[in-house]
Amino acid sequence: MTLRLLRSLSLVPASAWSLLAAVTLLLAIYLSAGSVFPWFMSWRTAATILDSAATLGLCAIGMTFVILAGGIDLSVGAVLALASLVTAIALQRWGLPAWLAIPLVCAIGATYGAAVGGLVHSARLPSFLVTLAGMFLARGVALLMTSEGRISMNRVPVHLWGSGVRVVGLTLPALVFLATLGMGALVLRWTVFGRGVRAIGGGEHAARLLGIRVARTRVGAFAVCGLCAALAGVVHSVGVGAGDAKAGELMELDAIAGVVIGGTPLSGGVGSIVGTGVGVSILKVIELVIVSDGSLSAQWAKIVGGGLLLLFVLLQRSVGRITKVWAGGRTDLDPHRREAQPVSRAS
Amino acid sequence: MSRPGRTAPRVWWPLIALAALTGFNLLWTDGFARLGLDDGVLRGPVVDVVRNAAPLVIIAVGMALVIATAGVDLSVGSTLAMAGAVVAVLLTGPRWGPVPAIAAGLGAGLGIGLVAGVLVSGIGLQPIVATLVLLACVRGGAQLLTDGRTVSFQDSMVLALASGHIGAIPVPVVVAGAWLVGLVALVRTTALGLFLEAIGDNPVAARLAGVPVARVMMFAYVVAGVGAALAGIIVAADIRAADPTTAGKAIELDAILAVVLGGTALAGGRFSLCGAAVGAVLIKLLDTTVVARGVPAQATLVVKAGVVLVVCVLLSDRFRAALLGGLGRR
Repeated sequence: MTLRLLRSLSLVPASAWSLLAAVTLLLAIYLSAGSVFPWFMSWRTAATILDSAATLGLCAIGMTFVILAGGIDLSVGAVLALASLVTAIALQRWGLPAWLAIPLVCAIGATYGAAVGGLVHSARLPSFLVTLAGMFLARGVALLMTSEGRISMNRVPVHLWGSGVRVVGLTLPALVFLATLGMGALVLRWTVFGRGVRAIGGGEHAARLLGIRVARTRVGAFAVCGLCAALAGVVHSVGVGAGDAKAGELMELDAIAGVVIGGTPLSGGVGSIVGTGVGVSILKVIELVIVSDGSLSAQWAKIVGGGLLLLFVLLQRSVGRITKVWAGGRTDLDPHRREAQPVSRAS
Repeated sequence: MSRPGRTAPRVWWPLIALAALTGFNLLWTDGFARLGLDDGVLRGPVVDVVRNAAPLVIIAVGMALVIATAGVDLSVGSTLAMAGAVVAVLLTGPRWGPVPAIAAGLGAGLGIGLVAGVLVSGIGLQPIVATLVLLACVRGGAQLLTDGRTVSFQDSMVLALASGHIGAIPVPVVVAGAWLVGLVALVRTTALGLFLEAIGDNPVAARLAGVPVARVMMFAYVVAGVGAALAGIIVAADIRAADPTTAGKAIELDAILAVVLGGTALAGGRFSLCGAAVGAVLIKLLDTTVVARGVPAQATLVVKAGVVLVVCVLLSDRFRAALLGGLGRR
């Protein structure tokens, strides 16, 4: 009886367990924070957290696509900074209307991402290397574009977008984040492209045999990531009223952490966008707790984020193994064992 | 390993590039050729380039060992900052002597390398993830250690690590040279080099063939960690202060670039420590050249990113296959 129960439990994929763990963790942290700081238990606080999570969340959504496809993107923070500067230049210096400037910035981000994806695919280079170079390229271009590192947008009434618009208490960045989250989840679940992304992450060779256009799908995944990072840059520049060449430093780590905590293992193939939203929220709640506690310095947020990422990677691996043992299967065939191999060559 | 002919060190290409860039500078950079003995000490722009390259050489050699196992260490920049912070804090706070402080700094690097080694070889995490976590945690830890401030220190022995001379040669160059020669001797006179290449080529086959995979990988990460710490102490001594926020930022790209320029395969299985060292000097010379040409310093980031991409594409198997195929058809 117990064995049968364990067997049926093992049919639940490891990523679902991880997502469940993430939701439980989010609730636990939120409730315990609420017991210390009563003001945590309000819609207003939740809206604030969503607002502060918007830029990181957008980067993490794009990152989910790339990680699902079996790659990694270390350049999201730098692309965010570059996009925030281009937004500021387009709105402030060129005086472009917003409906023209924002799609322009997003197109630049998508083009950059597509170029990265093309390089990863055609030259078979590891994606971490191409995006590490891309990170310095984007950061360097951003630093070259302005001598003082910042372009403020005082001629444009962007502050009205940042705080002026509220729908059921949610700010515009939070709304953009939630809308992108929903759209990403739909694309991943219901489109040919989304299924292709998961298929090539699960196994490129098998995906090719299934007739999936691997090149197009991989380039698309990186393009989505570039697009999301650029959108995050737009949101950032609107939020602070300036383009900033130093924005988003180390954001790639937080984005990866959000994705992994949300139940998408770094080996690719399985995972969910909704989980990414949960993972990012966990990081932001912890950050808010650390900041409002006041006795801990802000560096602890970085350390806790890194530690959580590590914890969840370990959790996913052990859950994957345990469910396989329950199922009476062989642990050495466990897909999570793929992580045991050093740098994947096909990423 | 599968093709023995390809394991031969290909240190010639970076040397040719280095010679070409040096020649360019000799011809078009004013005063580059100035080299002389001043108070029995070698001085000149060329010496400065080699001296400035010393920390990067030390890091790149360790990185080459890690990349040989088909891994990568992204945490070297943070380890560099941590070692500098440890030394500076111990010298200024509890007033430790220079030797124990340096030992503690190197010990910090050893510890970080051990953690990376355990995460990668013991637990089996992807090297990128394990070292990315360390990158964030160690940088945060270094900032906590100094309260985010820059800690300056004055200790003649530690400062001598950057500005002193042994005979006519600057101490950093001697240290980097000793580090390189020692590791080359260790790796090439023992079976260690063969083991590293075997692991990088195929970890499962290496394990089945009896290679102590976990211990050899641990060795690679520990060497990278200690090397980064050594470089961190030299860098801190150079500016007479430890800056936990900016020290060693982006040095992992430089180190990876140096390793790749030196003919080490990113997929593992083939490495050259001397090549990595030559690559590191080449990068520093590139930096100097860009600045000497009056290009803004920020542009070096763009230039280096471009170089790393071009070199990687040129070295990739796909590109070679396409090139060879194209030549064959003609």
